[in-house]
Amino acid sequence: MTTMSDPPRAGGFRLGQLINDKRYRAYTFQFLAIVLLVIAFGWLINNAMNNPTLEQIGIDFGFLSQPSGYDIGQQPIPYNSQSTHLRAAVVGALNTLIVAFLACVTATLFGVIAGVLRLSKNWIIGTLMAIYVEMFRNIPVLIWIIIIFTIFANVMPAPSAFRGEDPEAAPLFGMVAFTNRGVYVPRPYFTNGIGAQEAAEVEVDGVATLVAQEVTSSANWLIVIGVLIASLVVARIVSKRANRIQAATGVRPATLWPLLAIWIVPIVATLVALGLKWEIPALAGFNFRGGIVLQNPLLALWFALAIYTGAFIAENVRAGILAISSGQTEAAAALGLRPGRIMRLVVLPQALRVIVPPLISQYLNITKNTSLAIAVGYLDLTGTLGGITLNQTGRALECIMLLMAFYLTFSLIISAVMNVYNSSVRLKER
Amino acid sequence: MAMMDTNPGGMSVSDEVAIEIRKMNKWFGQFHVLRDIDLKVRRGERIVICGPSGSGKSTLIRCINALEEHQQGTIEVDGVPLSSDIKNIDKIRSEVGMCFQHFNLFPHLSVIDNLTLAPIWVRKTPKREAEETAMYFLEKVKIPDQARKFPGQLSGGQQQRVAIARSLCMKPRIMLFDEPTSALDPEMIKEVLDTMIQLAEEGMTMICVTHEMGFARQVANRVIFMDEGQIVEQNEPEEFFLRPRNERTKLFLSQILGH
Amino acid sequence: MSDMHAESVAFVRETALPPAVPPIAERGAVRWMRINLFSGWINTVMTLIGAFIVFWLLSGLIPWIVNGTWEGDSIRDCREILQDSGGGCFAVLRERWPQLLFGFQYPEELRWRPSLAFALLFVAVPPVLFYKLPRWMLVITAVFPFLAYWLIWGGTAISPIFAALGLVAGYLVFVRVEKRGLVAGLLAALVAVVAVWWLGGALADEFSRSLRIEAVPSRQMGGFMLNLILGVVCVSLSVPIGILLAMGRQSRLPVVKGFSIVFIEFVRGVPLITLLFVANVVLAYFLPPSTNFDLILRVIIMITMFSSAYIAEVIRGGLAALPKGQYEAADSLGLDYAQSMRLIILPQALKISIPGIVNVAVGLFKDTTLVSVISMFDLVGMIRGPILSSTAWLGVYWELWAAACVLFFTVCYGISQYSQWLERQLRTDHR
Repeated sequence: MTTMSDPPRAGGFRLGQLINDKRYRAYTFQFLAIVLLVIAFGWLINNAMNNPTLEQIGIDFGFLSQPSGYDIGQQPIPYNSQSTHLRAAVVGALNTLIVAFLACVTATLFGVIAGVLRLSKNWIIGTLMAIYVEMFRNIPVLIWIIIIFTIFANVMPAPSAFRGEDPEAAPLFGMVAFTNRGVYVPRPYFTNGIGAQEAAEVEVDGVATLVAQEVTSSANWLIVIGVLIASLVVARIVSKRANRIQAATGVRPATLWPLLAIWIVPIVATLVALGLKWEIPALAGFNFRGGIVLQNPLLALWFALAIYTGAFIAENVRAGILAISSGQTEAAAALGLRPGRIMRLVVLPQALRVIVPPLISQYLNITKNTSLAIAVGYLDLTGTLGGITLNQTGRALECIMLLMAFYLTFSLIISAVMNVYNSSVRLKER
Repeated sequence: MAMMDTNPGGMSVSDEVAIEIRKMNKWFGQFHVLRDIDLKVRRGERIVICGPSGSGKSTLIRCINALEEHQQGTIEVDGVPLSSDIKNIDKIRSEVGMCFQHFNLFPHLSVIDNLTLAPIWVRKTPKREAEETAMYFLEKVKIPDQARKFPGQLSGGQQQRVAIARSLCMKPRIMLFDEPTSALDPEMIKEVLDTMIQLAEEGMTMICVTHEMGFARQVANRVIFMDEGQIVEQNEPEEFFLRPRNERTKLFLSQILGH
Repeated sequence: MSDMHAESVAFVRETALPPAVPPIAERGAVRWMRINLFSGWINTVMTLIGAFIVFWLLSGLIPWIVNGTWEGDSIRDCREILQDSGGGCFAVLRERWPQLLFGFQYPEELRWRPSLAFALLFVAVPPVLFYKLPRWMLVITAVFPFLAYWLIWGGTAISPIFAALGLVAGYLVFVRVEKRGLVAGLLAALVAVVAVWWLGGALADEFSRSLRIEAVPSRQMGGFMLNLILGVVCVSLSVPIGILLAMGRQSRLPVVKGFSIVFIEFVRGVPLITLLFVANVVLAYFLPPSTNFDLILRVIIMITMFSSAYIAEVIRGGLAALPKGQYEAADSLGLDYAQSMRLIILPQALKISIPGIVNVAVGLFKDTTLVSVISMFDLVGMIRGPILSSTAWLGVYWELWAAACVLFFTVCYGISQYSQWLERQLRTDHR
């Protein structure tokens, strides 16, 4: 028996210590764990190596450079059926990110509004919001995506309804057309600036008119972005200055109008200088031409994910606000602060700590749920790489590995950001 | 000298009326919490309100600060009637400071930021001036070295003293205390009571809901006993404790002083 | 000085004031309306908007339900009956209801078996959910999986009976041998389980005719039943795995901890649909070529992996929420790791984790609809596939999707209400 007063002598190692001695026990168990893992994975890999199909085709990513041979409805970058599978995957990944971004923004909007309204003293509004939240939380998102897609496809008029002398439907403000294929919105373009061309003579209604030509260079959009960034910088300077003046004199100068001017004036001036024009979608034959089309699969997925996740965010927001004890609001009120200020200075900073972490995991959920695009035929990464490419090439293992790697990378990046946020806002306790 | 000052009669009470409550009634739903409350508080007076739990004492002082709405009767603070007019509520709240049972410090702000928040945003004080005031009051409550810490890092007694300092930074003319010591450990009660006594010596008008009878004897001009939403008995502390007249007062006193 | 205020100081109430009723504006419906609907103009505007929304929703919904028809055998019949009254064509539900519930392949005359299994679920689950019920009822819960398997899949009863007997034998052996050490106990139990299962397998082959009811192959499962099977099976399997993963993640052994973290983060980082793709097209590569796992089994493996990672995170939260003193107290009593976990830590951690686990279960149950994407005919798959593409019911969307919504809502809302009840219960228990 080894006791505390009887330290093990050097070289006195006995086999029993592997199980009974705290120091060696850990190694024993870890060794066992490694052996088990190696056996398990070895078995899986051995199976894969002996698999007749896999033996025949091997693992080869060469298919990515072959032409894909299929079309994609929504193309954020130029793509056609002659492009490679790799390009198809990139288009799909961009589509995933686009719909995820749009849905995150909209879901936050829905969630914050619904969460705040659910706490309102108004009984009807509060009940309506509770019904909204429960309806969406307790029915699968896949069903909602399909239902909303069905609504868009069946309730919206067909493009043919816009035709004729006395059409059944008219574009909203003559510019935005809601059809059962998608929404057509005007497309902005520039006629001036970098790479501008001389106006060309075009015959309009039999009369030759000078029509400004569209600038093809995308450098002009960089100018626009640059101007916006400059506005942001100036706006921040103005806010900082307001803070300084408040600290010095106690009175905060009005910043609303200067800020509005800083945001609006430069961008409007730039757009005018670049000769901004709008390409209005117009009916040509059986469909609309021109403008930007947001196809129904995108819209349905976007809206469904936003309203579904919005219900969850609403609960997070409500929980966050309820987590702030009424004592905080009362103490602030007793100090003479007005409700708006109480919200901004006392409640929100505390509620955000509670709300933001679950909010970010909802963003992750949205990103993962965009993979349901396959149900409405929106070609995101799951639809291209994990769907058509996989079926055409038969390279299941490679496609799914790439697919998982994409989602995993994205999730890990977001989690890392969340951890940084969490540790930066943690309350200091004793 | 100190003894003299702490004598209730020794501290100056002017004829000026600080708070006047007339025929005030309040209901929570069907429950009649405050019944026909009449109370006149003069400037410099120190009033202790006691009574069994649920007797409406906290509700009463919360009504004075418009944290609760009353349904009948009038409340006037420094001549300003408490109505639904936001201007009046603002004015009253900036005149009246309040300390809570659970301190209600803002956990996301450091001690100094807790103290300067209201002066900066309500009183429009320059930041440096607000911080100087804050440090003055922190020294007064004897914890200037904790200014950069966060509330969660302080003991309960220190937190309550910060809460008192936070109210004082708004330079209130009246202070309300809602059971300021009942969430504290015994050894911390004294440091908070000392702060309150010091405040009383400086002539602050105070209304305290508390069961600290020693404090009531030492500082109060008047002790009010409430039960079932009404003022049952009020008197000078000596009389109140030695010769309570109402049966319920006697019962209550025997319960809290009995052991 | 105090003499000056004599009149305001000494006061004794001789007669107590009785409680009065609040003024009319503070009472009953008037007060309720004033506070909840019309306190201030913003509130009034919101009330009007809300009332309008309610009116708009009901004005569409009520005629649809009230004027709807349950007669007819196709959408054309419906149109004839309804004319333009705006009613719904609920005839599709009457005609296709069994398909929605059981899929279109499950033998019609055997539908009573899954129905019975489903009814028994209501007896088997409460002992787990309501811990105030007598403990012996857990026996029903333990028997249920084997009984339900037999009822739904059919075949000889020998296999499920011996599967159950194997576990019982394993448990009994474990209890006997455990005193000699945890590892010895586990090994002995493993030997016992394998022995009984082997025996059962041999017997089932030999006497495959006895105790036999008609067998139904997995690929004939469908409809809402498939969602329920996947949900119940995967959640029950993933709870023990989740517990192990959570303990692994808390472990001090780097290998165990590392594996648990990688597994959990990997599974949580990818969408369920990619895991279903794995089940559909990749998993077969990694299983022995001779074996033939059917799709439903592969899907169960992947969904179980998926939900066990989420449950592990919930339980980890429960473990972390326990005060450190509990661990120290267990150590100071001389309990070893396995004992302190089994007797002290897990019972408490699991109890506080139950609401979280139930939430994961609701999410998982909703996610079982994703199997329709890999062409399995669950409720969503049934509607999208066989029913909506049939010529008789082409275009009857709303009625079918409404039915799907009602089914899912009933189950999920029920479970989440239970979880909220439980949370309240736990909160009062801890006081």
